[in-house]
Amino acid sequence: MQALGINVLFEGSNFLRLLGGLWVTVRISLLSVALSLPLGVAFGLFMMVPHPLAKAISRLYLDFIRIMPQLVLLFLVYFGVTRAFGLNLSAWASAVLVFTLWGTAEMGDLVRGALISIPKHQYESAEALGMSPLQTFWYVILPQTLRHLLPPAINLTTRIIKTTSLVVLIGIVEVLKVGQQVIDANRFAYPTAALWVYGTVFLLYFLVCWPISLAAKRLERNWKGA
Amino acid sequence: MKRREFIRKAAVLSAALTLGTSLTGCGAAAAASAAQSSADSTATGSSAAAGSAAAGSFRTLDEIQSSGKITIGVFSDKAPFGYVDENGAYQGYDVYFADRIGKDLGAEVEYVSLDPASRVEFLETGKVDIVLANFTVTEERAEKVDFALPYMKVALGVVSPDSAVIQDVSELDGKTLIVAKGTTAETYFEKNYPNVTLQKYDQYADAYNALLDGRGDAFSTDNTEVLAWAIANPGFTVGIDSLGDLDTIAPAVTKGNSTLLDWLNAEIVALGKENFFHADYTETLAPVYGQAADPDSLVVEGGVVE
Repeated sequence: MQALGINVLFEGSNFLRLLGGLWVTVRISLLSVALSLPLGVAFGLFMMVPHPLAKAISRLYLDFIRIMPQLVLLFLVYFGVTRAFGLNLSAWASAVLVFTLWGTAEMGDLVRGALISIPKHQYESAEALGMSPLQTFWYVILPQTLRHLLPPAINLTTRIIKTTSLVVLIGIVEVLKVGQQVIDANRFAYPTAALWVYGTVFLLYFLVCWPISLAAKRLERNWKGA
Repeated sequence: MKRREFIRKAAVLSAALTLGTSLTGCGAAAAASAAQSSADSTATGSSAAAGSAAAGSFRTLDEIQSSGKITIGVFSDKAPFGYVDENGAYQGYDVYFADRIGKDLGAEVEYVSLDPASRVEFLETGKVDIVLANFTVTEERAEKVDFALPYMKVALGVVSPDSAVIQDVSELDGKTLIVAKGTTAETYFEKNYPNVTLQKYDQYADAYNALLDGRGDAFSTDNTEVLAWAIANPGFTVGIDSLGDLDTIAPAVTKGNSTLLDWLNAEIVALGKENFFHADYTETLAPVYGQAADPDSLVVEGGVVE
């Protein structure tokens, strides 16, 4: 009488719903990443400003975002902002805002690290060749920085994708929540559904993250050849 | 040395900042609720302008009706009370009621999937108009949200093997009863029936296994829980389906949203006249609890708990 758990995936529109949930996950995370990359580069450059006030501001921002668990940040933005300022942000806006704030902080620190790792003699050699500071940055420093930056930036992207599963707590139904809904709705008809549904969710996350790291690997190899 | 000092300072500063934020948060919330109550007293005559200005405010009945949309927070993974079916539609005992609320208000229902921990928060910040998520009425919660009349009740149930069904609590005298630690069943039997030997387990699964193995004569926990379990496990019957202190389950609205609260209460009373919640039970809970359960041990009609 008890059917095989895998069948639960093909009941009604269950599988399409899982894909729909995945689309929610992907949209939130990729939008956040797309915003974090340029903002993170800007923040990384700001961190290099040798003024004490700039240092204090960037340090405070970075530490605040790092110390706070992402879940607390989500609650602070979604509920806290409404309570404190009466500003009613939608769950979507809150999620993108939090993951962009987080991504910008982490990305900024990566950019700063990559810039620091360029040896001083690169600047000096460029100057000796008669390059202007802007030319030095564009033709010498930036290409090297990007190479250093790629692996950790990809790592950050996949971390953001996986962490978006927290948005369910502010009422957004993403892929993991759809999975739990499917499992629960079939608790009696398909007792073994959990294994299959979670297995599928795992596979879906993998299918999103894997191409990203493949592309990164390929890019890295191409740059090495150049 | 310098660096370490800096980190310490930064930590202190961010801690202060956090504290500051939470304090202002509280202050603002208090101010907001004060603003709401004053808005309430003036808003009776004039309508739309009042609700939306203050921080974390709610939408009044008029605002909901004129917008044509109501947001209702429900569970999306707690079958059979609130869940999503294989076609992606919200279903369950709570949702059946929510659909009717939408129909009688003339508003389209927009469902928000809630988790148990954030139900109060969603109401306090006005992110949903009503919470209908198996919300048990407690004194602590009633300080933060306004509960309407109840539409369901939960009590303890006792499940035992068919071969020796326990039908009255007096039959448990001198016998061994299985309970899960930290549940209301544990405290209830300890307080009221010291002659019953309790066998306690940390996890529900272990407690059920103990019953299956015959390590105890019966098992007690929430009646909804044992009823569903007895259906899935032939050979066991719920002999007692309503015992102990009754907890009620009711819709909740943001504190101070009196227009919506009054409407809900009137709605629940009116629905009681057509035995709406019995129909709801037949539609959503009966398939899960089967013939064994008495609807009257779960359903509350017209907000009156007998």
